[in-house]
Amino acid sequence: MSDLTHLTIADAEKGLDRGDFTSVELTKAHLAAMAKHKDLNAYITETPDQALAMAEQSDKRRAGKQAGLLEGIPLAIKDLFCTEGVQTTAGSHILEGFKPPYESTVTANLWKQGAVMLGKVNLDEFAMGSSNMTSYYGAVKNPWKRSGDAKDLVPGGSSGGSAAAVSACIAMGATGTDTGGSIRQPAAFCGIVGIKPTYGRCSRFGIVAFASSLDQAGPMTRTVKDAAIMLKAMAGHDPKDSTSTPGPTPDFTKAVGQSIKGLRVGVPKEYKPDGLSSEIMAAWDKGLAWLKEAGAEVVEVSLPHTKYALATYYIVAPAEASSNLARYDGVRFGLRVPGNSLDEMYMKTRAEGFGREVRRRILIGTYVLSAGYYDAYYAKAQKLRTLIAGDFKQAFQKADVLLTPTAPTPAFAIGENLDDPITMYLNDVFTIPTSLAGLPGLSLPAGLSSDGLPLGLQLIGRPFDEEAVFKAAAVMEQAAMFKRWEAC
Amino acid sequence: MAYMIEGETGPWEIVVGLEVHAQVISNAKLFSGAATAFGADPNSQVSFVDAAFPGMLPVINEMCVEQAVRTGLGLKAKINLESVFARKNYFYADLPQGYQISQYEKPLVGEGQVIVDLPDGRSTVVGIERLHVEQDAGKSMHDQHPTKSCIDLNRSGIALMEIVSKPDIRSPDEAGAYLRKLRSILRYLGTCDGNMEEGSMRADVNVSVRKSGESYRTRCEIKNVNSVRFVMQSIEIEAKRQIEVYESGGSVDQETRLFDPGKGETRSMRSKEHAHDYRYFPDPDLLPLKLKPDYVARIKDTLPELPDEKKDRFVRDYGLSPYDAGVLVVDRASADFFESVAKGRDSKLAANWVMGDFFGALNSTGKTIETSPVSAAQLGELIDLISDGTLSGRLAKDVFALMVETSKAPSVLVEEKGLKQVTDTGAIEAVIDQVMAANADKVTEYRSGKDKLFGFFVGQVMKASQGKANPGMVNDLLKSKLAG
Repeated sequence: MSDLTHLTIADAEKGLDRGDFTSVELTKAHLAAMAKHKDLNAYITETPDQALAMAEQSDKRRAGKQAGLLEGIPLAIKDLFCTEGVQTTAGSHILEGFKPPYESTVTANLWKQGAVMLGKVNLDEFAMGSSNMTSYYGAVKNPWKRSGDAKDLVPGGSSGGSAAAVSACIAMGATGTDTGGSIRQPAAFCGIVGIKPTYGRCSRFGIVAFASSLDQAGPMTRTVKDAAIMLKAMAGHDPKDSTSTPGPTPDFTKAVGQSIKGLRVGVPKEYKPDGLSSEIMAAWDKGLAWLKEAGAEVVEVSLPHTKYALATYYIVAPAEASSNLARYDGVRFGLRVPGNSLDEMYMKTRAEGFGREVRRRILIGTYVLSAGYYDAYYAKAQKLRTLIAGDFKQAFQKADVLLTPTAPTPAFAIGENLDDPITMYLNDVFTIPTSLAGLPGLSLPAGLSSDGLPLGLQLIGRPFDEEAVFKAAAVMEQAAMFKRWEAC
Repeated sequence: MAYMIEGETGPWEIVVGLEVHAQVISNAKLFSGAATAFGADPNSQVSFVDAAFPGMLPVINEMCVEQAVRTGLGLKAKINLESVFARKNYFYADLPQGYQISQYEKPLVGEGQVIVDLPDGRSTVVGIERLHVEQDAGKSMHDQHPTKSCIDLNRSGIALMEIVSKPDIRSPDEAGAYLRKLRSILRYLGTCDGNMEEGSMRADVNVSVRKSGESYRTRCEIKNVNSVRFVMQSIEIEAKRQIEVYESGGSVDQETRLFDPGKGETRSMRSKEHAHDYRYFPDPDLLPLKLKPDYVARIKDTLPELPDEKKDRFVRDYGLSPYDAGVLVVDRASADFFESVAKGRDSKLAANWVMGDFFGALNSTGKTIETSPVSAAQLGELIDLISDGTLSGRLAKDVFALMVETSKAPSVLVEEKGLKQVTDTGAIEAVIDQVMAANADKVTEYRSGKDKLFGFFVGQVMKASQGKANPGMVNDLLKSKLAG
């Protein structure tokens, strides 16, 4: 084993079990790699002392034959998850220095399963963005570069730090959150696997809220199996989140490696907009070919309301965000910029504490909820959301999973697309409908573009049928033979 | 007679609707597990949810839902099996989330009604428009520091029921009677303690005026009035203000106003232009609240007898006048007290004693039924002593006064003080003989036709017996003795 950091979670578990190495060694290897890759700016807060202490504890538990699902595995945590006593910024100035006195349910679940925290990774401010450019803590660099081009590329967003860290092997896996594509698009840009599970699968308790009806946590890993292991650890009903779904969590790893003979794979005809690059089309066709070869049946499906999805999302998400972010008012925690009156203090604090994109979305959200506009925007968007979910329901009569591209382009350069928010928003055109419908969506690397960048494909499943998604993803992963260490 | 305010242009009718905020009796808050006790140290009953820390989520407290359903049933209202929590967005320092979780388009409880008994003996029905459940805000204190405001979040997140009446109220008296009746129902149900001084019941008062036969004119909302008396005062003052505005050729603006009881005026808080746009929308952190019909039925089965039903029963079973019954059922403790006193006894005598001397004693000693020096059993015993002739009415009053003072049983006091009524014919005759001997001239006058003197002899006999002689026997014996 040349480098411990290149291992998959599944293989690392075997190695730890065999006693080839300890969690402390595994963790140290990652801390060293993190130091080497500082230039990526993937981490906002590194927690080496905590990591080593957790690794030591983990080694003890393993010696006592009490290993959890992720025993001793070093992970990166998106800085949107509240971690007790460890700064949690949400990528925003307004929360700089905020140390929550509580732990999010998802991270608590991970620690319960033995995972080790390496630190808190970068993200777009309040998870609003598709490039990680909106973070107050600076842009994150994609570990991948175009062949023969030194220009730094974005890792995607909002879980850009998570994707970059996993891709560069400075974490074995990372938590992400996905509101409109924030796990899947960066996974695609960085050549890793990321799944946004069904809405309700993971508890939102302790995750800084962006858009409550859409936010969902999920794992970002280098393999499909690792994603299945990690999701199993993260998920589960939580009485502290009224929208988390009761019932047991399946063992997703069992789906990995199962035959897909007879599985019906739907191809939405509306996902082939004019101008979609031929490279993306080619990757998509290749993905379908792999599935067919393994015995799946490809069917065309229709999602007729797709064209309204982006507009719907950019009403619903900002509306909820404008309300969710009202609590950052300088009164009880985080940044406070004094003023001569309460209103002035609010204005100064929020003007200084929030970046441009966040302010833009608060304004949009406030507008669409205002008296006289509510019916024209928010109420209409809710109706469309129902229609979009209905489209998928129809499609899943004919298909068991859907295959689509994850993003319309591979990673773009840092600084590109910044002037025009609409172009930036278009990045999520394939992931947003799934989010609006609350369905599970997984992105996996399917190959490289002509200039050497990862291209992602998205598998979409029925509500709470992540297993079908994992099953198909594992088959594709095997066929793709993606060089997942390329960027380490 | 309908209540009218006489203006320069003739009589004006007033139209009032009340929005009552009633704090739900519950150990924990509406969406968090924090405690709700009144009077705790500032910020000692605050969870991270109440303080709106990042990532915190509301989880509905089932107890609060049950209490609201119970209240809805008590108001004879429709329970909506599906209701939705919505966010009411506005910024204020004591509103940590930047929004209040309330209900907007789909409240938990729909239309109902309250029967209101008026001081003149009439009854009227005030319609209930809706009841919804919402969180309370925290408390801002501007007087603790020369330049800063302090925030106490103990109240933040406590469950309130907002009970909205229809604009059916037509006088300050009706408003007062409605509030008292509503409070009485809530207390019977055990869903709100109705304590206006502690702020667990507050009212927003919507007032407009109109000429007879007109449709509604513009209304003003007087915010946060915290006593029945102030509600009644503020209505009259606000109505008169509006009449003056109209009669001087102006128009009334829809606005929120504040009542200043010290100055006896209402004044503008914010006008329509500065009105908040609350941007209501369904709270995505909470699923729609869905109730099963048998859940509602189970709560209905546990409802106590409410004031209206109790009043009817008191009239029917105890032969009380509707007025007396109405007074007795205002609160459950007095109704229960009366029932234990009346049980197996003369119910009218019991009602007279409870509402007369007993309530009088509570008033003058500042006690409540719970802290009363006289128990229902003791008062019952006193009535028994009257009924069996041991005590005359007058003696009974003396005994009662001693009971209030000492909390002793009436039989004990009668024994101790020798207050027993004299019913021995011989003893009474002896006193009569004494009185007649001492007033021989009066006896002669009486016998010569001055009948009016009879009262004088009764008085003398009673006085000589220190009030203990049985008055009926005194009458009879005197009559025959004087007749010679």
